[in-house]
Order: sequence, then structure tokens, then C-alpha cells
Amino acid sequence: MPARIGVITFPGSLDDHDALRAVRLTGAEPVPLWHGSDSLDGVDAIILPGGFSYGDYLRCGAIARFAPIMTEVIRAADSGMPVLGICNGFQILCEAHLLPGALVRNDVRTFVCRDQRLRVETTDTTWTAAFQPRQEITIVLKNGEGGYVADEATLDQLEAEGRVVFRYLDGNPNGSYRDIAGICNERGNVVGLMPHPEHNVDELTGPSTDGRLFFASVLNFLAARV
Amino acid sequence: MARVVVDVMPKPEILDPQGKAVTGALGRLGFSGISVRQGKRFELEIEGEATPDRLAEIERAAETLLANTVIETFAVRVEPEDVPAGETA
Repeated sequence: MPARIGVITFPGSLDDHDALRAVRLTGAEPVPLWHGSDSLDGVDAIILPGGFSYGDYLRCGAIARFAPIMTEVIRAADSGMPVLGICNGFQILCEAHLLPGALVRNDVRTFVCRDQRLRVETTDTTWTAAFQPRQEITIVLKNGEGGYVADEATLDQLEAEGRVVFRYLDGNPNGSYRDIAGICNERGNVVGLMPHPEHNVDELTGPSTDGRLFFASVLNFLAARV
Repeated sequence: MARVVVDVMPKPEILDPQGKAVTGALGRLGFSGISVRQGKRFELEIEGEATPDRLAEIERAAETLLANTVIETFAVRVEPEDVPAGETA
């Protein structure tokens, strides 16, 4: 039986269908989840997709963070279930305090859309174990508020604990502190990043299929678990 | 009925691209020597008096939702009673 990976749709989610498609293309069963539900429908892993939940009103992710399903997401994350936040999903995970820090408006003050070079800084997470250590990859980046910020103590702690998961290469696109593109929680089961791996799973529509390894990582993890 | 204002500002160490953009625009318009940081103002109409208990509750609301204390600070204050002309008390 294939692993079941849930993708949560919030009002204003944009990339939920691409995430569901990426799950299907990489060999798992995609499970659409609704923000207003209080059930995770028995999924094995969760993706919070990109988009503009609640129109980015107040702050990106600030209102989605209190959606009914988030109570269950927080519970599942705390119990070790793999959770991936992509772009707006990353912002929601930060607002929910499942990940430290926050995302603010790009320092360049424009929306950035590009094929972004990244370095995988740690393979010790449920979503990056299939990469080579320090592998350089290309993943689509597209956002207006992708500047990762946190206080110095938090940044030092993330570095010391090996929790910076991805770093931007070839120039910092948005002013993120220490070129941070993605981070994880202490346990390594919750990962958030601004770039969009679900857009890099098909040779027809992207310059790389590096996004497939995110899904391969979590499938390996789930297969080894049982 | 009381009116409570919550001001939310980005912390000094946090990048404020909006404030920077406004600062730049002011300079181009000839308003020199001005540096801007941009925040948010929330006006809360509350039923009844702004009692200490009620204000403590608003502090909690500000901390829970209105501000992200990772990157922002907030201040809660009660607006004076004088009601602007045209509005009924």
C-alpha cells in the first residue's frame, strides 16, 4: 500500500494541486485535506502548500495558522510525523511556532521568480535524506515575502544544531539572514523552505527534477518506519 | 464603549523594506533627513469599560494574533473619551 501524503488547502492556497500531483508522480497516494476540517484523514505525512492563504492579510500565514486543522497538524508534528511547509506553508509553520523565526518582505521589494540554486546543508531530515550531503540543486523560487529573519541567538542555535537545511547560492535573492532558504525543527521531521520542490518534478516544466528527491526522502523514511 | 489602540512595529534589528521604500521616496520628494519605519495601527472598539481585566485580555489578543512577537513589538493604549464630531457616543 503506498504511503498517503496529505496536502492542506487553505482559502487562497495556490500550489496545492501541484503538490498533490508531485506526490502522485513520485509514487505516493495524494490526499487532499481541507483547512476547516479537524481530521488528518489518517495520512502518513503532511504538506502545507504555497499560495496566499487569507490573502496574506495581517501577516503571511498569521490567520491560516489558526485554521481548525492546524491543531491536528501541530499535534502530528509534535509526535514526529513528517511535515513540509513550502513558501506560504513555511510562513504558516513559523507563525505556528513549529519552526523558529519569521519571513518578511524581500529586501529587493519586488516579487522574485527564478530558478534558484541551493545547497542542501543537511540530509538529516525526513525530507532531505535522499540527497547527497552538500548537494547543489535547482528549485523554483517565487515569492514576495521570503526574507528569513530571526534574532542572532536563534540563528546561531540553528547553525550549531545543523538545522539550516538549505542555503541560497549565487546571490541572496531576498535578504534572508545568513542566506537561509530552509530550516527544520529539532527532531528533523518538520521542514520549511521558500523554494517550491513540487514545481521541479517534471522535465517538461522545469530545469531540474531535483524536487523529486524531497518526496523520495519522505517515502524512504515512511517505508523504513514500518 | 471604549476605543483601544494597538500599535505594532517591526523590531529594530528586523529588516523593514517598506519603511526603507518610504524613506527613499521622501528623499526623492525633497523631504531630507527623515528615516521611516513602518508599522500597523489597530483600532479596537470594545463593549463596556476598558477595565484592567479587559486590557489584559487585549494584551493577550495582541500577542496571540495582532503582532508576531518574533519580529514585532506592540503597545496597547486606551484612546481618550472625546468623541469626534458626527459620531454618537
